[in-house]
Amino acid sequence: MEFLLTLINGVSLGGIYAMIALGYTMVYGIAKMLNFAHGDIIMVGGYSIFVFAATSFGTLPPWVSLLFAVLMAVIICALLGFGVEKLAYKPLRGASPLAVLITAIGVSSFLQSLAQVFFGSAAKFVQFPDLGSLSLGELTVSYSTLITLISTVIVMLALTLFVKLTKTGRAMLAVSEDREAAQLMGVNINFIISITFIIGSSLAALAGLFSLMNVPFIKPTFGSLPGIKAFTAAVIGGIGSIPGAMLGGILLGVVECFSNSVPTLAPYTNAIEFAILIIILIVKPTGILGKKRREKV
Amino acid sequence: MALLEVNNLEVSYGLIKAVKGVSFEVNEGEIVALIGANGAGKTTVMHALNGLIGKSGGTVSFGGEDITSIKAHRLVGMGMAQVPEGRRIFGELTVYDNLKMGYYSKRDKSEFEKKLNEIYESFPILKERSGQIAGTLSGGEQQMLAMSRALMSSPKLLLLDEPSMGLSPLYVNTIFDMIKKVNSLGTTVLLVEQNAKKALSIASRAYVLEIGNIVKTGTGAELLNDEDIRKAYLGG
Ligand SMILES: Nc1ncnc2c1ncn2[C@@H]1O[C@H](COP(=O)(O)OP(=O)(O)OP(=O)(O)O)[C@@H](O)[C@H]1O
Ligand SMILES: [Mg+2]
Repeated sequence: MEFLLTLINGVSLGGIYAMIALGYTMVYGIAKMLNFAHGDIIMVGGYSIFVFAATSFGTLPPWVSLLFAVLMAVIICALLGFGVEKLAYKPLRGASPLAVLITAIGVSSFLQSLAQVFFGSAAKFVQFPDLGSLSLGELTVSYSTLITLISTVIVMLALTLFVKLTKTGRAMLAVSEDREAAQLMGVNINFIISITFIIGSSLAALAGLFSLMNVPFIKPTFGSLPGIKAFTAAVIGGIGSIPGAMLGGILLGVVECFSNSVPTLAPYTNAIEFAILIIILIVKPTGILGKKRREKV
Repeated sequence: MALLEVNNLEVSYGLIKAVKGVSFEVNEGEIVALIGANGAGKTTVMHALNGLIGKSGGTVSFGGEDITSIKAHRLVGMGMAQVPEGRRIFGELTVYDNLKMGYYSKRDKSEFEKKLNEIYESFPILKERSGQIAGTLSGGEQQMLAMSRALMSSPKLLLLDEPSMGLSPLYVNTIFDMIKKVNSLGTTVLLVEQNAKKALSIASRAYVLEIGNIVKTGTGAELLNDEDIRKAYLGG
């Protein structure tokens, strides 16, 4: 039972990592950059939920208020991701990767400072409706864990189908493989990159929600650790690969929960996770599902 | 008025001028060949035409419209498609999805099926392999796919950059037969080739490019018999 519960919690936490990792991996695959500000989009999503849930609580039923807050968070994050790409990254297309990386770090500290100005640096408590938990025999799982789990499955299925079955999704794959050839097919790269940032940032908003449901406190550095963990997950799974990000995220979440459930290992959980990264990179430098680029003849 | 008119085209890579004021035209219905040694600037001219690299001077018009500074992705919708050097098929997508990408600029769904069937008729092998990951096709099959992908958009003008590169003689013939067939069905072709003999034999007209300049022009037959051309490009 204990094992099963830890597994469920792990997969649920992994789902959060996977959602964030998808943002890293899609942006990397399509815009060919590491968006180090991605974690801070989660933070902005978290504060959006904090603000809109607080202002709508009381006037609306708790569930409606929560859904409203999440919707606002998704919209704000999507717009933010879109805007950041247009203002900060697009002018640097074709610049050296280092310049882009430094800009992303700049965006990250800008967003954190902005949050500090508006909300202060102390952690704020985010009020959620009490969802209770589900008991199945001896097993008690909180509804927030279940919601996270189910949402993760839905998001991943939807994203997979989107990429496989829609014209825009196929164009995203084409751009990630060969940007110039995709342009020759009539694909507007700017459009595809914008879509990618919008999807990634919306997922980050959801990740912000699910993180807050686990630990309902928010502060300006809220997105940093999950951001780094999810980046690790993306690299473990094979950066650029969508199924890789899902797999890497879930793997990392499960490892984290099992490690935390063993008292002697718990203090070393982060170290264990990064050690796994290192081992996987030694064994398979492209990550578990990462592909080596085929040489063009 | 020619379908494609290139006037004084100049392209630079940093300080190096790779194309130094090139002018030529392609009339509707023609196969025009652009031949030249390695590094002469043929691919650079192609990329300047399709908008993948910026021009530092000159003008290009297509179907009477000035396309000098148009964005690359808009050209295919206007009727200019390209098979780039080295095929550049989407190796991680299936053959079918590659062909779908070729139709990206179009909307009409029923037209897609029709176009697809046309392609499958010309290349039964692509139909057979429609679910195969394109990167696992043989080189010749990949070239056929690249050509078919470009044809999916029913272009008025097809730019071909070394379609016979790396192919065995049998495949080279297949590809050239296909170019002739496509042309006879109404598509104008601008063809860049290392295989000058083959290219000149099917070309209505040809231009010879040498270090960024056009040094000679004439009909395919004229250039095939030209003494200098024979020495430089046809192996004596
Ligand atoms: N991205 C680039 N940066 C700098 N120089 C370049 C670049 N691309 C091409 N060149 C140079 O421009 C010149 C023309 O190159 P181009 O690729 O157009 O030749 P080509 O005629 O297509 O040759 P090939 O037959 O070998 O394909 C060459 O000297 C090449 O080195
Ligand atoms: Mg070339």
